[in-house]
Amino acid sequence: MENDLEKMIKLASKIRIHVLDMVHYAQSSHIGASYSIVEILVTLYSRILKINPKDPSEIDRDKFILSKAHGSCALYAILAESTFFPLELLKKYYVDGGVLPGHLDKKSVPGIEHSMGSLGHGLPFGVGLAYANKIDQNKGQIYVLIGDGECNEGTIWESAMFAGHHKLDNLTVIIDYNKIQSFGRVDEVMSLEPFGEKWTSFNWNVCEIDGHNFEQLITAFESESTKPKVIIANTIKGKGVSFMEDKLEWHYKSPNSEQYASALKELKDK
Amino acid sequence: MRNAFVNTLKELAKNDDRVFLVTADMGFSVFEDFRESFPDRFLNTGIAEQNTIGIAAGLAMSGKIVYVYSIIPFVTMRCFEQIRLDLAYNNANVKLVGVGAGFTYGSMGSSHHAIEDISIMRSIPNMTVLCPGDPFETKELIKRSYEHFGPVYIRLGKNGEPIIHKNKNKIEIGEIISITEGDDLILFTTSNTLELGKSWVDEWSLEGIHVNLVSVPTIKPINQSMIRKLIDRNIPMITLEEHSIIGGLGSTISEIIAENGKSVKFQRMGINDEFSHYVGGAEFQRKKLNILQKPEKSWFLK
Repeated sequence: MENDLEKMIKLASKIRIHVLDMVHYAQSSHIGASYSIVEILVTLYSRILKINPKDPSEIDRDKFILSKAHGSCALYAILAESTFFPLELLKKYYVDGGVLPGHLDKKSVPGIEHSMGSLGHGLPFGVGLAYANKIDQNKGQIYVLIGDGECNEGTIWESAMFAGHHKLDNLTVIIDYNKIQSFGRVDEVMSLEPFGEKWTSFNWNVCEIDGHNFEQLITAFESESTKPKVIIANTIKGKGVSFMEDKLEWHYKSPNSEQYASALKELKDK
Repeated sequence: MRNAFVNTLKELAKNDDRVFLVTADMGFSVFEDFRESFPDRFLNTGIAEQNTIGIAAGLAMSGKIVYVYSIIPFVTMRCFEQIRLDLAYNNANVKLVGVGAGFTYGSMGSSHHAIEDISIMRSIPNMTVLCPGDPFETKELIKRSYEHFGPVYIRLGKNGEPIIHKNKNKIEIGEIISITEGDDLILFTTSNTLELGKSWVDEWSLEGIHVNLVSVPTIKPINQSMIRKLIDRNIPMITLEEHSIIGGLGSTISEIIAENGKSVKFQRMGINDEFSHYVGGAEFQRKKLNILQKPEKSWFLK
């Protein structure tokens, strides 16, 4: 376990460096939103998901949906590190003639379940997958990662109501609760509190954890549930690079060469 | 058309356990039998059309052939972006079935009128747009929609339309069908205007006026070469649709005429660019708005 945790910490660091390289090279945005979900993705892809990178279309596989698709960099990096496709492809992100678009296109690389990019689409889709697995007696589990700002979308609550009603215990939602959305802090733009109680009242099991703590993530993912489960992961936007942490601007900015060097040093020193 | 749809779907479901029906709480007195016959393949998602389309996409990606049913505005416009992304961009095997073409729900008010659906659906890549005009076309095209992999929009009228087709030949997606032959006018109809167009043609024939009535049950993809052959006949053409003149059948045909390079006398008949504030059924709406009224024969006779 100790050894596993160390590996996961190292992998998280690698992912952040890949993301930094990608965003810097392509001069793209959304680095902050990618950094807040790194530990969640590392836990899923190294401990939880039953998916075969050599055959990512096996019928009883677990399925992961990144509904906050603007965090695509982090997903591309973990998929490449998990051997779904070669690491070299990460250089083909966002640029002219590239392979990996800013938001998800399932035709781009293996391992992407659904093309998306508009918020509030991933959970209804995941609910459909979970419902189909129930009636087909397919043991595959469905995991959907959504953003906190994304919870402003009405479809989140339409799906929450449906999944609670149908007791979809094969469905786990992870909320990247980094407290910053597109144009302000969540509690200023549209407070979600009492957040856990909202989900409880929709007939979900709620786990509130530190979304950067692997032990808490593993415990939450592995906990038994007879209802759909939501993991409210308290995270920090821009986590891992001190000058980016908890800053709205890093939803948009790309690091210049000095910022790149400074961020790289900090990530490598960890 | 609604009964033709439900009965055909039941037949398909009997023979293929992938066929799945999803409704956003619509279908009272329509789907009870389907629900009893195939309880595991019937899902009422509640009144939440955006979620419904997402769920339908998830079911389709799990191997189901999914039919989603509602009144046209709610199954096309309320959930438009879900259709664009979750169905069309992902090429999900989901069929959208809307009832209430044009002013079918006339007295319900403009919220329930379906006047822009063809236009917006045909602009989406990967989307097939089917607008059957009678129960026979409905049955045929529901079968074709099942055979076709990918998203399809099917626009239905209501119930109780007469069967216009005498030759009950198989109808393919994209095909246009001559119902009557004639050299005085080519009258294109789509969806619920087939019955109206046929009644005009029958009346004209008593006066010795012969009209080539052409039913266009597929708006996209349309068989362009069949349309070009009709343009080459150099006979006046009218398109008739209970839909906005922007973006529907009239637009589709006029685009082909415009790019064909040969001029032909042409007129779009449909709903002008306005909402109706009149209270009344379909025929009443047409009269008050002064649309879809039988054209003067002097317009097309030489």
